[in-house]
Amino acid sequence: MTPLLRFTIRRLILTIPVIFAMSVFVFLLIRLVPGDPVRTMLGFRATDANVAQIRGQLGLDRPLVAQYVSWVGNVFHGDLGTDFISKAPITQLLSERLPVTLELTVLAMGLALLIGIPLGVAAATGSKWTRRFTDGYVVAGVSIPDFWLGIMLVFVFSATLGVLPPSGYSSFTSDPLANLRYLVLPVVTLAVGEGAYILRTTRGALESVLGQPFVGFLRAKGVTERRIVNRHGLRNAAAPIVTVVGIQFGVLLGGAIVIETLFALPGVGRLLVTAISQRNYPVVQAGVLVVATLFIFVSLLTDLLLGWFDPRIADGQDS
Amino acid sequence: MTTTTAKVRRPRRIATGPATIGAVILAVLVLIALLAPWLAPHDPESVDATRIMQAPSPLHLLGTDSLGRDVLSRTMFALRVSLLVSVGSVTLAAVVAIPLGALAGYFGGWVDILISRPLEMLLVLPALLLAISLIAIVGPGATVAALAIALIYLPILARVMRASTLSVAGLGYVEGARARGAGHLRTLTGHVVPNAVGPVVVQLSILAGFALQIEAALSFLGLGTQPPTPSLGLMLSDGRDILSQAPWVEVFPGLTLAIAVLSFILIGDGLRARLDPDRVSS
Repeated sequence: MTPLLRFTIRRLILTIPVIFAMSVFVFLLIRLVPGDPVRTMLGFRATDANVAQIRGQLGLDRPLVAQYVSWVGNVFHGDLGTDFISKAPITQLLSERLPVTLELTVLAMGLALLIGIPLGVAAATGSKWTRRFTDGYVVAGVSIPDFWLGIMLVFVFSATLGVLPPSGYSSFTSDPLANLRYLVLPVVTLAVGEGAYILRTTRGALESVLGQPFVGFLRAKGVTERRIVNRHGLRNAAAPIVTVVGIQFGVLLGGAIVIETLFALPGVGRLLVTAISQRNYPVVQAGVLVVATLFIFVSLLTDLLLGWFDPRIADGQDS
Repeated sequence: MTTTTAKVRRPRRIATGPATIGAVILAVLVLIALLAPWLAPHDPESVDATRIMQAPSPLHLLGTDSLGRDVLSRTMFALRVSLLVSVGSVTLAAVVAIPLGALAGYFGGWVDILISRPLEMLLVLPALLLAISLIAIVGPGATVAALAIALIYLPILARVMRASTLSVAGLGYVEGARARGAGHLRTLTGHVVPNAVGPVVVQLSILAGFALQIEAALSFLGLGTQPPTPSLGLMLSDGRDILSQAPWVEVFPGLTLAIAVLSFILIGDGLRARLDPDRVSS
């Protein structure tokens, strides 16, 4: 077995307990609600018959372990339960919502990379004024709350200039252009803050690479600075950048919850917020499960990419 | 070797400037929050139908909102809740995380596994999702928000403390203390923790800044502080509906929030240069 294959298998196996822990947490989510979750959930609709029916549906009248086993079984069969308000299958609900969240977060991360990496390179290699500018951007990008930035962007680009829609959504398949118009403000809102993190990481990683002896050697050989940065610097600085992208993806998924609500995007985040205020626990549970699974999957992918890009990491994990 | 020393020293000189600015801003904000009942020109909750959505004027320096309430007074009172939740949550997280991290790093082995593994499980969910899940269980409120934020920070701080303890525990003076017959407790409290806690303090300051943002986001979603208590997140949520008619209702609380976050981050960056020089370049 090659070290890389062994690393990959090892990392996959390590994911199992993480998924297990997450599933137990999500499973317990409904069961930890103080008092009777079904009565809390139904509120004024809580007739005895209703309560008994929903309790039966959720399997809350059976032993805990049996409940968990059948819940996990259902999840593996793609059955996430039923939304007790709209009576729709939750799996269907989420399969409509997930693409919106994915499109938002992936586009936001893409834009953040387009902002952060070039500015990070500029900060690591540029003049004093470039540094001042990028330092200012990092501090502002990290300090300004994303949802407030979003509201300010709506104020400028929708309310005042009227060039972009303030909120709403149109699916990519029905109208790609409208889809992008609706996504511009949410994506920019999320990307400004993310870009600051990527800038800082790129700058730090690149600075430490450029301080290494082999770079001095390249300079002495007469290799141009641009070539050193592009061919050698960024390649060696890739690992911290990939790591931060993986970590920040989780932050973006969290941010999407707020930003989807702000811009009325029909994603998983907005679904979650609505479900929590309606005490629609089955939907909350399924939404948390899907987002958490996505997060674990991205962390796994990040680690695997790191190992594949840089065999030293794979070797290190193996020994 | 010379390049390394230069690298460590350079940010220290620059960083003390912004850190001082951060500390001054924070001190002013804390004073405003503490003295809000005396400083606020109006009652933050008094509704006045005759003065709705008035632009900033000498009477209402930051204008009034959709119910005719004074934005400046509400911002002052909202700062109290925000700072209380932020400082409360990081303090709670630190009080639990510092001993746990120190024990895990100092003893290692099974102690480490018993402490670190369960804490790592908290990192399985994205931070905001963890907070929202907790609120889904317990119900919304400022206290729940503070607890949720503390829960997010607990594994992060414990991990920093553990790593820092590991780097200190192997040093000569710790072995020296043990050799002189100091017990584990005395070694930990007298030698290891005081020398290992620096990086945690740096993190605390930065995390307190982000706690302000998380609390505001939760309140904005209706999951944090509940009305009529003034909270920056709630004000931002109210202001959003009347954005085109009365932008000041949205702009000023938002700016206040951003400035408060900024002050914590500046302090954190400054402290990092002093307390955690190894990580300055990262």
